[in-house]
Amino acid sequence: MAMRTKSILLHIGLAIGLLISIFPFYWLLVMATRTTSDIYSFPPKLWFGTRLLDNIGRVFDNVDFFGAFWNTLFVASACTLLVLFFDSLAGFTFAKFDFPGKKLLFVLLLATMMAPSQLSLVPSFVIMAKFGWVGTFKALIIPGMANAFGIFWIRQYAQESVPSELLDAGRIDGCGFLRLYWNVALPILRPALSFLGAFTFIGAWNDYLWPLIILTDERKYTLQVALASLNGIYVTDYSMVIAGTLLAVIPLIILFLFISKQFISDIAAGAIKS
Amino acid sequence: MGNPMLNAEPARAPVPPRIKGSLASRLWRHRKEYLAISPFYILFAIFGLFPIAFSMYLSFQKWDGIGRMSYNGVNNYRFMLTDPEFWRAVGNTLLIWIYSTIPMLFIALAVAFLLNSSFVRFRTFYRIGYFLPNVTSLVAVAIVFGTIFSNNYGLLNYVLNLLGLNSIEWLNKTWGIQLAVSVMVIWRWAGYNAIIYLAGLQSIPSVLYEAAKIDGASTIQSFFRITIPNLRPIILFTLITSTIGGMQIFTEPQVLAGNDGGVSGGGLTIVLYLYREAFIHNYFGYGAAVGWGMFVLIALFSIVNWLFVQGGQTRGQEVK
Repeated sequence: MAMRTKSILLHIGLAIGLLISIFPFYWLLVMATRTTSDIYSFPPKLWFGTRLLDNIGRVFDNVDFFGAFWNTLFVASACTLLVLFFDSLAGFTFAKFDFPGKKLLFVLLLATMMAPSQLSLVPSFVIMAKFGWVGTFKALIIPGMANAFGIFWIRQYAQESVPSELLDAGRIDGCGFLRLYWNVALPILRPALSFLGAFTFIGAWNDYLWPLIILTDERKYTLQVALASLNGIYVTDYSMVIAGTLLAVIPLIILFLFISKQFISDIAAGAIKS
Repeated sequence: MGNPMLNAEPARAPVPPRIKGSLASRLWRHRKEYLAISPFYILFAIFGLFPIAFSMYLSFQKWDGIGRMSYNGVNNYRFMLTDPEFWRAVGNTLLIWIYSTIPMLFIALAVAFLLNSSFVRFRTFYRIGYFLPNVTSLVAVAIVFGTIFSNNYGLLNYVLNLLGLNSIEWLNKTWGIQLAVSVMVIWRWAGYNAIIYLAGLQSIPSVLYEAAKIDGASTIQSFFRITIPNLRPIILFTLITSTIGGMQIFTEPQVLAGNDGGVSGGGLTIVLYLYREAFIHNYFGYGAAVGWGMFVLIALFSIVNWLFVQGGQTRGQEVK
């Protein structure tokens, strides 16, 4: 009996926490179906209205939502693909090959994770200006296309799961370095790649400060920058801003729900390892 | 492409010519490996290392980003240290960090405990629900919380009115906006940290608890003697990541209250200050100096955190 009460209390505690976690999403959905005056009415309207399509229509009328959507999709996909390629190539090399200076180079790589990024906000911008990359997607994609965390992650995974015998067999069959990477290692590395890919994609999709500094032309805005500027401009048509917010978060929530189970255990595993 | 494989190997002490030749040929034999790992090092040199060195140089210059740079001595640093707005930003950042990190880590620990309990069903479902805030964009989160903490007709003010209290202009008050930002941080990161603590709890061998039970230890005793010591490295990890994250808070106050951190200035964090000075007012040299100021603060705080957790450890051992 005591066990049972304990279990009920436990579930009540967890359910309250869950409610707090989920409520802002529910509130966002409710507001997106309401008029602006509903959003700020007392008592607040806590149930769905009928204005969703109307609000979404005004988003499309007032801002180039699809433009921002495609910009974001392009930047996030390009970042992800490049990170996956360069990080897996380097991580696999560190895991399965020996070469002079390997230890030192790897320690150096880990040390770069400590380098403070906020320190270089201004000089990074100046470098982008020198390259003529301000206002371009290159500035958002290229600096981050190989990163220490991803290389570390892939290396750990490759060490455990790519058998050296398989690589030797590949060599006997005449596979060169690139073929060993592409045909032998990559298929085995797939689980590690899917986590790294999701992690990179979510980060790039949600990035705000750097795109805000770099993107000077409205047509190049990513969703986050477009959303923030929408929020600053349309104070009187807030239901439209809210509908835009909903549209901007939905793709990522759907993506996350598909991959969530594995993604969450990988996040935890990554934290424990480091 | 140059010759990155040779550059990647640091210069060695003088060696006899014969071996030197063989070292070069060894390096050449591994050219593919060096080429495979080179992109990271090249990118880091250009976009990581060079900006750090350059920001040191820039912090002694006066520059608007367009005209000529002129040497400014230590004036940028002197201005920073005497600018009340800078210290205000430092204070705001620290307050927001305290308001958010301490409750967040306690909540995360509590949630992890509940989830770790053996009776929990639907654990996966809970984990997904708790983690969802973490993948949502900060801009979107700030917009939604803006309607909750809204000055006049927000959800929170409605609750206050229901309780017979007066509305509060949350976003116009120093503590109000700091609270709003902290709540957003807690909401976004408590679940994330709970998942990490949960993994830590699950990695503690259950044999330890069973042995303690046989020795007659209470639940509270085994919590302080087994759970906390075993979780210490993970708590340190979350504390350090929360400190680094907390010092860099920008999006929440900027979207919620604009580039000045609200009419009270309570939401002006260090990064927001840096952003405003460098990219709105175009004081590039000064922005670089503020970057270094921030770096020193983060380093100090990480050391304090580390000492704090270490101190706890030695004290715990003395008690034993």
